[in-house]
Amino acid sequence: MCGIAGLFAKSPVITEHLGEHLGAMLSQLNDRGPDSAGVAVYRDPVPSGASKVSLFSPDPHYEWGRVRDGLAGAFGGDPEPEVRASHAVFVVDADAERAEAWLRDRHPELRIMSVGETIEIFKEAGLPSDFVRRFALEDVQGSHALGHTRMATESRVTTQHSHPFSTGLDLCLVHNGSLSNHNRLRRELQREGVTFQTDNDTEVAAGYLTWRLREGADLREALEGCLRDLDGFFTFAVGTADGFAVLRDPIACKPAVLAETDDWVAMASEYRAIAVLPGAEHANVWEPAPATLYVWERALV
Amino acid sequence: MATGTEPVVEVVDLAQTPLRDLNARLHAAADGPDAPRRWRVSNPGGRHAIAVGLDAPFEVDVDGHVGYYCAGMNQQAVVRVHGNCGVGVAENMMSGSVVVEGNASQSAGATGRGGLLLIRGDASSRCGISMKGIDIVVRGDVGHMSAFMAQKGRLLVCGDAGDALGDSIYEARLYVRGAVAGLGADCIEKEVHDEHAAEIRTLLDQAGIDDVDPTEFRRYGSARELYNFKVDHAGEF
Amino acid sequence: MALRESALFNREVIAEIQRAAREGVYDIRGFGAKRRLPHFDDLLLLGASVSRYPLEGYRERCDTNVVLGTRHAKRPLELDIPITIAGMSFGALSAPAKEALGRGASAMGTSTTTGDGGMTPEERAASKTLVYQLLPSRYGMNPDDLRRADAIEIVIGQGAKPGGGGILLGQKISDRVAEMRDLPPGIDQRSACRHPDWTGPDDLEIKIEELREITDWEKPIFIKIGASRTYYDVALAVKAGADVIVLDGMQGGTAATQDVFIEHVGIPTLPAVRLAVDALQELGMHRRIQLVVSGGIRSGADVAKALALGADAVSIGVAALIALGDNSPAFASDYERIGTEPGFYDDWQEGRDPVGISTQDDELAARFDPELGGRRLANYLRTMVLETQTLARACGKSHVQNLEPEDLVALTVEAAAMARVPLAGTNWIPGTPDG
Repeated sequence: MCGIAGLFAKSPVITEHLGEHLGAMLSQLNDRGPDSAGVAVYRDPVPSGASKVSLFSPDPHYEWGRVRDGLAGAFGGDPEPEVRASHAVFVVDADAERAEAWLRDRHPELRIMSVGETIEIFKEAGLPSDFVRRFALEDVQGSHALGHTRMATESRVTTQHSHPFSTGLDLCLVHNGSLSNHNRLRRELQREGVTFQTDNDTEVAAGYLTWRLREGADLREALEGCLRDLDGFFTFAVGTADGFAVLRDPIACKPAVLAETDDWVAMASEYRAIAVLPGAEHANVWEPAPATLYVWERALV
Repeated sequence: MATGTEPVVEVVDLAQTPLRDLNARLHAAADGPDAPRRWRVSNPGGRHAIAVGLDAPFEVDVDGHVGYYCAGMNQQAVVRVHGNCGVGVAENMMSGSVVVEGNASQSAGATGRGGLLLIRGDASSRCGISMKGIDIVVRGDVGHMSAFMAQKGRLLVCGDAGDALGDSIYEARLYVRGAVAGLGADCIEKEVHDEHAAEIRTLLDQAGIDDVDPTEFRRYGSARELYNFKVDHAGEF
Repeated sequence: MALRESALFNREVIAEIQRAAREGVYDIRGFGAKRRLPHFDDLLLLGASVSRYPLEGYRERCDTNVVLGTRHAKRPLELDIPITIAGMSFGALSAPAKEALGRGASAMGTSTTTGDGGMTPEERAASKTLVYQLLPSRYGMNPDDLRRADAIEIVIGQGAKPGGGGILLGQKISDRVAEMRDLPPGIDQRSACRHPDWTGPDDLEIKIEELREITDWEKPIFIKIGASRTYYDVALAVKAGADVIVLDGMQGGTAATQDVFIEHVGIPTLPAVRLAVDALQELGMHRRIQLVVSGGIRSGADVAKALALGADAVSIGVAALIALGDNSPAFASDYERIGTEPGFYDDWQEGRDPVGISTQDDELAARFDPELGGRRLANYLRTMVLETQTLARACGKSHVQNLEPEDLVALTVEAAAMARVPLAGTNWIPGTPDG
């Protein structure tokens, strides 16, 4: 069980302080998710033809310079990483597929947390308020972000098991709840060629979305497929390059609060995580209906 | 300050004072003859368990949005939330009243056994779940699975009700003015007789609602088919 | 020619299929799982000999006291013995039976627990230490009783039916029971299986905070779980804020549950204890959050072995009722009249108990003498405690909680794997890297 949060900036004043606000939201969700925390931030879109990769190393003294040199040699450019705690974000002068393939081949000791043109995922075991500090979220600017605080239910507490899970380019998923048919579904997805790093139920939901999208569904169709093919309790928040989506299962026991002002749209498991945002007292606050998809995209806002 | 005609209002700012202090003072004040009877809580910031377990004829006004279980297990007190509330407002209330000026999240008035819960906005799912004697009046809509396993008491909804209203209901009485998306197992519409019409008017009066036509409400309650297990209804269990 | 019974379709199974074909509904009964399961009988204690020294009986202390709820509560429960009485409802049991449980428990310095129907004045008066259950149904729940209680037990499930809700059939919904539960008399009561105002340990944490605030942080908060995914369940109960965890194995009793549920859902008490202790140890919470284990505790041997595996205390349900007089041979002719025999009676849901324990019929309940029942329960508890002490002393322990897993060996491979102790005479623990 867990806490989830999402923040979508509608004005520059929020974009400039996106990380600070998301960090404040996550700290309010410490209690319901003490085991680990993670964020997916959408910022600094890379030029066309390039891609951005977020990497994790369990080694606290990892020499990211080696990766930089290797990438420069393979693809050119000067891919100086932005290092945050145990993670490093590289902009690679190649498309996502080639960048990812090279990294998997040359640096199997690293974990690829996200790939895309704007997304950056950071996640780590430990208390959310510690995570916010270690990853210097107060410096982060961006257009929108999702966050998650985890209370592990049936799988272990590790960096890998933390959310957000990346389901494809610029896509990610956070989940509050507990699925009940994910084991069989995982085996079916594995037969379809989807790979999994953990025994975590949320990773299966993320893999399901990846598979549906790969087979030609659009995001809406894929999320509506969740209502049919996933069993159990869930509040999902999905991040895309352009915005985010929220979906609750038909029974809707797990909480979800949405709020909007002229400057932002926010989502959280508990209102107190929204209360820390500027102007929250006058926000329009409501709850998403069960089995109903809500989507915010840059083009619409 | 007190002049003998103006009631003293004790103000507690939750941005400065821990929640524990607020609740402890409210509990202790129940026994003190000189304790303040009127309280104002500012900066609730969505905190949980505000003004829970009260047992005295106090008035408590909360200025802002609250989290889960505000006024939980309330006895005698009048608690007013000038904002929205989270899950389980007035859960298991015994007596007194709780007023929510904004919207209520799920399980509002859950297992309540007495008193009046008034929600001026909307309530989300499971409003009045397992209610055991509480009266709940909602000016707006209620969400799905409202009055689930509702045993006793009255739920009056001026707006619409979501799906599965009154699923597995016992003897609680439901009055809904707007559309009902769907009825739950063993819940049927019933005729409004004089006693029910009177009940509707009483509930609206207690809630101070005078801009709604009492004759527009329809009554819903138990078909009583699930009271004793019968083979023919095996599918409902 | 010899008659040959099928192991698969034996007489019991045939009778049940025929009953289902007649009645069209599942069989509901009381009692716990009746089939043979790996249990404490499959473990043995290693008494002292040359390398270890026993303690003398009587002169050399073997203490039995336990404190439950040290983590947060201002007033933890201080019990004289490590055996408590498990939650059983007034409704499932008669009022004099509940009173007897209180009398016997109080005489031995331990606690009783209310059940799915609320607190009766008789039980509060008779029990020196009373644990008050908060169940999905919330029948009878009120803050006055919450404050009158000595501890609060949030029930997520019980061993007989992890994932199931309470059942009390119409014949036991007397006027008094109906009033306490706010139900019409004579109906078949169906309880919810989930709590109405929280789902999941993240929201349970907030619920616990509310209960603490209502009771000014005085009382320990217990969380009761039916043994299922025990390792994760215990870790989550710790994270949600439990002071005490009550773990009920699949052998745990019930007043009324579907037979298929009792026999086919949940895991036995034996592996459950070990899993729970593993979770507590990994979180650094063993002994700081206390573990009470129930489900088939019958004698001091069971108590000693459960403690050796790491429980802080045990709880008894079915055994307590038997001590009160359930299934007594003194009522043989009455049992015969309702189609059963002493030692076999498990139709507690019918409310026709001739002894007056699992009934709401005034006439039958009047047969049961709560004072005598209380003395019998106290005798039984005293016997179990003496047995536990005898075994603990033989293992060289001056406090029963100093029993440890290394004092145990197993008789079967299953028990060895489940309890994670070696097969007797070997170093082999199946399923471990060294094994």
